[in-house]
Amino acid sequence: MSIDRRTFLGVVGFSALAIAGRSSIAAPVAPPLSTRWAMVIDPRKCLKDEGCIDCIAACDKAHNVPHLPERAHEVKWIWREPFDKVFPGQSSSYTEETLKERPALVFCNHCDNPPCVRVCPTKATWKRADGIVMMDWHRCIGCRYCVAACPYGSRSFNWLDPRPHIKQLNPDFPTRTKGVVEKCNFCEERLARREQPACVVACPEKALVFGNLNDPASEVRELLRGRYSIRRKPELGTQPEIYYLV
Amino acid sequence: MRDRGIIVSGLAGFLVLITFPVWYNLAAGTTSKAPDLKRPEQEKNCVAPVAYMRTSHMELLTTWRDQVVRQNIRTFKAFDGTTYTMDLTQTCMKCHASKADFCDRCHAYAGVTPHCWDCHIDPKLVQGGRG
Repeated sequence: MSIDRRTFLGVVGFSALAIAGRSSIAAPVAPPLSTRWAMVIDPRKCLKDEGCIDCIAACDKAHNVPHLPERAHEVKWIWREPFDKVFPGQSSSYTEETLKERPALVFCNHCDNPPCVRVCPTKATWKRADGIVMMDWHRCIGCRYCVAACPYGSRSFNWLDPRPHIKQLNPDFPTRTKGVVEKCNFCEERLARREQPACVVACPEKALVFGNLNDPASEVRELLRGRYSIRRKPELGTQPEIYYLV
Repeated sequence: MRDRGIIVSGLAGFLVLITFPVWYNLAAGTTSKAPDLKRPEQEKNCVAPVAYMRTSHMELLTTWRDQVVRQNIRTFKAFDGTTYTMDLTQTCMKCHASKADFCDRCHAYAGVTPHCWDCHIDPKLVQGGRG
């Protein structure tokens, strides 16, 4: 049987089309629901009582966060900063009138594109499949590249042995040693026990909401659908996953 | 042959001196005595057979550490089918409650200083138990 060039090209073309079409149709329609942890903060609820530090105290207790006398040695997981420091591009001379001195809660943003992870030379910090920017303190060599890389100041270096400066030791969580970097871990040890993060549970106003961004029915998605939200320094492209409701 | 006495006594003195550490330890009774560990009373089974734990607990703990921290795997299925949470302070030290009477005695005897407790907390250190 002989076949001319035109027929041959036609047959090959249709076959390729059929193969391409079949693989695109046969692709799984509904991938299993994955997890992407995120936090939504409602500053209006948070600011109801400016003296409240329940979330900070709960975190410090859960994770053995030390309180060092000198500011240069400070170790912070969750803390408060003035609004204009947290959102430097967002304040005008008029918003400052009401908000300038008002504190905003800040902690690790668990970025989708974390610069701290990119610079770590030992893979002591990495992004988990569920979005948590995790640390392996066993592997940290204390080079502080991540401290320099984080545009939010979320990472603290242990300049001193933290143990003598911890008010109440929690035996179920390790302390750190001198020469190790630490930050908020989104309470991954509590998530493993299917518990909400310590700060979320501690907040009397329920100003902190934690949940799965990949689940359209989750409370965080519900809040983000209903109200406008801002993130810290989104122009840097780090894709922070802490949302502040406006 | 006139120096026989000096040579023999010199040799004897030398032998005594060179074997002194052996005599000393025998007299003190430390050579043949293995560390006396305080074993848990209520629990009979560990997460692995005793012989394995004795020689390779450090490898098991390193595997646990890597699985928990790096892979988010928290449970361990033991040789007898029991499931344990991989946790030094909450699982190991629930039975081996005293670091001083269990871990330290053997580590001191073997002359090793593992750095687990640089960060992980000996529950006995915390007054009033688990907080």
